[in-house]
Amino acid sequence: MTANAQADTSRGLGLSRMSWRTREAIDGYLMALPWIIGFVCLTAGPFIASMGLSLTKWDLLTKAKWIGFANYGKLLTDKYVRISAYNTVFYTLFLVPTQVALALCLSLALNINLKGIRIYRTLYYLPSITPAVASAMLWLMIFQPEFGLANYVLASLGLPKLLWLLDPKLAKPALIIMALSGVGGGTPIMLAGLQGIPVSLYEAAEIDGAGRWHRFWRITLPLMTPVLFFSTVTGIIGSFQVFTASYIATDGGPQNATLFYVLHLYRNAFENFKMGLSCAMAWMLFVVLLILTILQFWLGQKWVYYES
Amino acid sequence: MTQQTAQPGAWTGRQNKRSGDTWIKVREVLGRAVAYLLLTVGGLVLLVPFLWTFSTSLKASGAALSWPPQFIPRPVVFRNYVDLFVLAPFGHWLLNSMLVTALSVLGAILSATMVGFAFSRLRFPGRDAMFMLCVSTMMLPFIVTMIPSFILFRILGWIDTFAPLVVGSWLGPAFYIFLSRQFMRGLPMDYDEAARMDGATSWRIWASVILPNSGAVIATIGILSFRASWNNFMGPLIYLNTTEKFTLAVGLRTFRSYTSTNWALLMAGSVVMIMPVLILFFSLQRYFLRGMQFSGVTGR
Repeated sequence: MTANAQADTSRGLGLSRMSWRTREAIDGYLMALPWIIGFVCLTAGPFIASMGLSLTKWDLLTKAKWIGFANYGKLLTDKYVRISAYNTVFYTLFLVPTQVALALCLSLALNINLKGIRIYRTLYYLPSITPAVASAMLWLMIFQPEFGLANYVLASLGLPKLLWLLDPKLAKPALIIMALSGVGGGTPIMLAGLQGIPVSLYEAAEIDGAGRWHRFWRITLPLMTPVLFFSTVTGIIGSFQVFTASYIATDGGPQNATLFYVLHLYRNAFENFKMGLSCAMAWMLFVVLLILTILQFWLGQKWVYYES
Repeated sequence: MTQQTAQPGAWTGRQNKRSGDTWIKVREVLGRAVAYLLLTVGGLVLLVPFLWTFSTSLKASGAALSWPPQFIPRPVVFRNYVDLFVLAPFGHWLLNSMLVTALSVLGAILSATMVGFAFSRLRFPGRDAMFMLCVSTMMLPFIVTMIPSFILFRILGWIDTFAPLVVGSWLGPAFYIFLSRQFMRGLPMDYDEAARMDGATSWRIWASVILPNSGAVIATIGILSFRASWNNFMGPLIYLNTTEKFTLAVGLRTFRSYTSTNWALLMAGSVVMIMPVLILFFSLQRYFLRGMQFSGVTGR
C-alpha cells in the first residue's frame, strides 16, 4: 500500500491513490476480458441455451417447436438410448476400476529404485500420448481377424482365432483392452503421490517389524487414497464420454454392441439433426455425471484419507 | 543410490543397513531381477503395437496382409509415404493441422497467462468470485455446450472454417487459466512493485516481468494445448465439411474409404500423425510430466 503511494509520488503523475487503484481494477477487468467473453458466449450461454433447446423439437431448418419435457420422456423409452446407456455403463464399470488398479501397480513397479527406471517410466507413458485417432487405427489393425496381431498371439498359443471387433460379444472388451493400453497416462500422478509419502513412516514401520505387505496395506494404500479417488472420479467422467474409439474402429457396431451414449448423441445431433433431443441427451448425461460425482465425494468421505 | 529418491515400499533400498546378511542380499538381487523382467515384458507388450505400425507403414500393400504377420518388412518400401500425398490431399491436412494447432497454442498461452495474471496479481472487485466460476466450469462436460456452440458458430457463418476450432483457445481455457494463476501466485510480489515504481503499467508488468519468469507454466500450457488441438477429432468432424479443409485427425479416417483400407498407407499416415507428438515429448519431457502432475491435483 505504502509502496503504491510512493510509486505514485515518485512517478509524479499527480494521480491520487484512489485513481491508481481504479486503474489497476480497470486493467484487471480488461485482462480478464477474454475469459469473461468466453464464459458468456462459449460456456454459460450455451449451457443455458442447451436447457432451453432440450425443450424443443428442432431440425435446424424449420422453426423450432416448443414441446416441453417430451424429449426427456422419449429418452426414457427410446430403445437405442437404453442400449447406448447400457454399453457406456458396461464399458465404464470394467474399464475404470481396472485402469486405476493397473496404474497403481504399474506406478509401484516404476517407483522401485532401479538403474534405468526413467527409461521404463518413459516407455510406459508413451502409448498414452498417441493421438486417439492414430491409436484407434492401430488397434483396428491389431484386432483385424485375418492378419491381426491379436489373433497371431492366439494362434501361436494354439488357440482359435477370434473375430474381436466384429463379434458383438467381444467388441466392448476389445475396446476396453484398447483403452487400457493408455494406462501409463495415469502413472505420473500416481508416482507423484507415492513419492509424497514421507519415508519416515516406512522407516518407523520397519523398525516395528512390519513386513512389505503390511507396509503396503497400512501405509501406501491409505496414503494413496486421495490420488486413487481423483483418478476414479476423472476416469468415470472421461469414460462416460467415450466417442472416438468406437466412432472410428467400429462405428457403433456390430449390432450396436459399441453404440456408446455420446456416439448416439452425435448421430442424433449431426446425422439426424434432432437438436432438441440431443440437447436433452446431453443434459441427462450432465445430470447423471453430476449425481455420480457428488455420490463419489460423499462415499469418498468414508474411504479417502486426508491429512488434517 | 537409496538416498536420492529413497523409494519406499520398494524391493530394493536399505541394503546398507545389514550388509552382512547374505540372505537379504540374495533376495534383493532376485527381487531386482524379477522387477526388471516384469517391467521389460510389460514394456515390450506396449511397444510392439507401435513397432508394428511403423513396420506396416514400410510394407508393400500386399505384404501388410500376410499371415503369419511380417515383423520386418521385406522389401522395405517408402512408397507409402509418397502415396499419402499423391492419393489423398494429405499435404493439405498436414498444413491444416499445423495451422490450427499453432493458432490454438498461441491463443491459449496468451489468453491464459493474461487472465491468470489478472486473477493472481491485480486487485479488482469480483476477482475471486470470477476465478471460482472459472474453476467450476472445468467440471462441465463439453458435450453439454457442444450443440448450442455449433448453432452459434453456424449463425456466425463459421462452419467449414478453422475459427470454431481455434476461438476457444483465445478466450481463456479454464484449466490453463487455473494453471497459470496458481503458478503466478508463487512469484514474489516485489517484482510488480519494483516495476510499478519505475512507472510500468499492468500490461507492461505482464509482458516484461511476469511472462519472462513463467517459462515453466508456458511450456506446460503449450504442450497441453498442442496435444488437445493436434489430437482433436470431434471438433473438426463437426465443423469441417470440405475434404481439403480437414485436419489430419479427420482426414486419416477418410483413408479407409479412399483406399478400401490400404493398411500400409493408413499406418504411414498414422506414423506422420504420431511423430510431432513424440518429438515434442522427447524434447520437452520434463514439462510434459509436470503438466500431468499439475493436472492431477493430488488432493494432499
